[in-house]
Amino acid sequence: MSADLTLILPEIILAIYAMGALLFAVYTGKDALARPLIWTTAAVLVAIAFWSMVSFEAGSGFSGMIVKDSFAQFAQVVILLSAAIVLVMGQDYMGRSELLKFEYPLLITLSVIGMMVMVSSGNLLTLYMGLELQSLSLYVVASMRRDSVRSTEAGLKYFVLGALSSGLLLYGISLTYGYSGTLDFAGVIAAASDGEIGLGLLFGLVFMISGLAFKVSAAPFHMWTPDVYEGSPTPVTAFFATAPKVAAICMFARVTHDAFGTVVSDWQQIIVVLSVLSMFLGAIAAIGQRDIKRLMAYSSIAHMGYALMGLAAGTAQGVEAMLLYMSIYVVMNIGTFAFILSMTRDGVDATDIASLNQLSKSRPGTALALLVLMFSLAGVPPTLGFFAKYYVLTAAVDAGLVWLAVLGVIASVIGAFYYLRIVFYMYFGEADQTLDGDMPAIQMGALVVASALMLALFPELLGLEPAATQAATSLVN
Amino acid sequence: MDNLLSIVTFTPLIAALILAIFLRGDDEAAQRNAKWLALGATTFTFIVSLFILAGFDPDDTGFQFVEERAWIAGLTYRMGVDGISVLFVMLTTFLMPLVIAACWDVTTRVKDYMVALLVLETLMIGVFCALDLILFYLFFEAGLIPMFLIIGIWGGANRIYASFKFFLYTLLGSVLMLVAMIAMYLDAGTTCIGACGANNVELLTHTFPSEPFSVLGIDIVGGMQTLLWLAFFASFAVKMPMWPVHTWLPDAHVQAPTAGSVVLAAILLKMGGYGFLRFSLPMFPVGSEVLGPLVLWLSAIAIVYASLVAMMQDDMKKLIAYSSVAHMGFVTMGIFAANQQGLDGAIFQMISHGFISGALFLCVGVVYDRMHTREIAAYGGLVNRMPAYALIFMLFTMANVGLPGTSGFVGEFLTLVGVFQANTWVALVACTGVILSAGYALWLYRRVVFGDLIKESLRSITDLTGREKAIFAPLAFFTILLGIYPSLVTDIIGPSVAALVANYEMATADLALQGAVASVDN
Repeated sequence: MSADLTLILPEIILAIYAMGALLFAVYTGKDALARPLIWTTAAVLVAIAFWSMVSFEAGSGFSGMIVKDSFAQFAQVVILLSAAIVLVMGQDYMGRSELLKFEYPLLITLSVIGMMVMVSSGNLLTLYMGLELQSLSLYVVASMRRDSVRSTEAGLKYFVLGALSSGLLLYGISLTYGYSGTLDFAGVIAAASDGEIGLGLLFGLVFMISGLAFKVSAAPFHMWTPDVYEGSPTPVTAFFATAPKVAAICMFARVTHDAFGTVVSDWQQIIVVLSVLSMFLGAIAAIGQRDIKRLMAYSSIAHMGYALMGLAAGTAQGVEAMLLYMSIYVVMNIGTFAFILSMTRDGVDATDIASLNQLSKSRPGTALALLVLMFSLAGVPPTLGFFAKYYVLTAAVDAGLVWLAVLGVIASVIGAFYYLRIVFYMYFGEADQTLDGDMPAIQMGALVVASALMLALFPELLGLEPAATQAATSLVN
Repeated sequence: MDNLLSIVTFTPLIAALILAIFLRGDDEAAQRNAKWLALGATTFTFIVSLFILAGFDPDDTGFQFVEERAWIAGLTYRMGVDGISVLFVMLTTFLMPLVIAACWDVTTRVKDYMVALLVLETLMIGVFCALDLILFYLFFEAGLIPMFLIIGIWGGANRIYASFKFFLYTLLGSVLMLVAMIAMYLDAGTTCIGACGANNVELLTHTFPSEPFSVLGIDIVGGMQTLLWLAFFASFAVKMPMWPVHTWLPDAHVQAPTAGSVVLAAILLKMGGYGFLRFSLPMFPVGSEVLGPLVLWLSAIAIVYASLVAMMQDDMKKLIAYSSVAHMGFVTMGIFAANQQGLDGAIFQMISHGFISGALFLCVGVVYDRMHTREIAAYGGLVNRMPAYALIFMLFTMANVGLPGTSGFVGEFLTLVGVFQANTWVALVACTGVILSAGYALWLYRRVVFGDLIKESLRSITDLTGREKAIFAPLAFFTILLGIYPSLVTDIIGPSVAALVANYEMATADLALQGAVASVDN
């Protein structure tokens, strides 16, 4: 039993921290403590990330309900680090918009715990529990700006559609339970071990994939994304675009490979469709957007399409490509949102793309960093964004999905257009309605570091590549 | 000095970084510093590249100055040059100082301009040196970014449209190549183009499967090789540009600033031709053999069509842009004639076109700087006020026509000889292009330079300055030198081209044999 507890010690510590800090803050300083709490939370998250990087021991506990393998470790580290950075990055915005509430960092912590459980679950119920913990916390932070109709609407939309998707997922889980007689991934995979899958189990799989597709915002289950991205306070949007996406897609990989790893061809075709639709919808729908947050929402839909392409390959190489893609995607998004957080005019948020006009004149350094990120998001070499696409394309072609790769590159050309448009406003636009307000050091730092990383083509990406390989092989064996 | 190529490739990039990071302000002193630093860096690059030329052994048909380092995604950073690529490297390093000098009068955002040009130089040299498939793609594609900015920021009135068209057009061409590259990697198990060390597979010598198979009921002759060939063709044909995918070029040229036009015409277009020589012909000989006739005819159409279109232009830059399309038609034609003369001629034509078209765009730039119009009708009788300009313009117009004694003649003549052996009818059609080129070029010259100086606005136009003369002098020198002593080039490229032709013939001889066997079986 104590071995089981040691296994989830990071989660336990985080949970105790969250609840303890909540009680402490309620009875003492309340919102005055928000800023220190943000810093403390970020420090705790980073500390736990480093802890699980340094002292990692693979194992499973609670009769296989929790699986801590390299895959879980990789995902958890990415989630923890990105959550910490986004948290710190947004505090200036929160202060400006009078949203500095002490619950914010603690809700984020709770959702992070949920995500950590999601990616390390070995049982459908653990998975569902983690997912709900994450989602419920996120519904609340989405509508944190209580007096804003947009924010409340975003929270409500997210809640209703999220509940629907949870329902689908739960229905899928119950079908799976009914036809395989177990909730353990190990048991489900044994039920389908001969490479055949019964009709009931297949239905369960399809419903589960639909529910998961909601969470990763893959088309055609993407409808909530643009509205939620636009309506939520920007730091929350930044958070939505990073850690939960990683958690959701890693959970996706867990379910498909751990529970249905023997019937790859059955889920492969579904994921291929999801991938193609997401890439094209993301690329085409983003063209007409005027608001940069909405644009980033469509951009994330397209990027999920590429990550799903890696998953669709159904191989260890594909999972590795997906993990690398998500890591690079998270860095790009952190950099871009660091800038979006600072977009103000006369002290008011200005998220229309036209307000980027002539940014290269007023703030050349910032514009250059953003230029690099935009080209990286578009996947133009020699940025890391290109290598991210290269990994997934190679995996797809290797798995015999050449036409999927061809569609992927065509979508990337369409997608390049709207990233170019941002560059166009920054560099070629005519001066009117420019942004004022300067960028706090933390956001500036995040932006510059993210864009520098996009050009830093270190051998093996400073150990990221071997780590992803190890993670992928531990999942797909 | 075993990393000479890396020094040549990355010196401009380092200079660009120094400029971007350390140079502050936008006053006159800062602008001057930026220009001098850029000029110094490009000149230094040229001088170092001379050592490559000096140390290059033409009789060795393998890759020389090879460098190798481990890199990301299981890829290797591998650089090297052979007889085919070394002259393109030289062309780039030679032209860039002239390009920098040609934009000495630019005053808007000088620092950014210099940074863009320097980064572009690194990427262009990298394309010609890369010996790894993905490294090549990286350099090839990344070149779009600085060029996009150069057209979009410093271009003419309609620059936004032109820059987007340029970017998306060429990107669409290249991404298909990326998929083909991945397919090649999976087939051969390596991304190494050549000089991979002992016991390793090289893409240049690897034989890609060419068994016919059918997709959606269509039989594909030449199988995988044909498909790969087509994917590469999509990219290089756009870059070249070949008819009918040339339409981005006139727009890009017209809107680009002078330096941008020069780089585009003189160097960037050569990447397409280089790609055909490095990939299509040696790696997919069967595909080339199957689809070569198509390219020959497309080229012939390009030559005649682009020449006719050029004749009807009233914008000087557009006219020269169409003449570039026509001249690139000779190049593709020569390449897919796939014999010694054809390939020699194609490479020669590319080098010579680098000098001539670069110089012609500079000629337009000279009068544009003075009068701020490119409309042919706005000029006339310039010879009265600008005798030196008239002479220079005359020389390059003649070279463009292909007058014997200039480098333009050698290239066109050799390609025609090569194509005549491969396909007489194509050669016949292409020959008319020579006459048509005389038509549009001489007519342009007459309308701009000859006649009486009747336009009021031209009365105060001034002749070439010392700086402009200094820029034209080396170009004129090489145009004439290569015209009367072409062995300078053909001696260097000859052995490598001969090896390429020999390999190609060996690979396609099997095909002919198979065809014969198949017909006997029937």
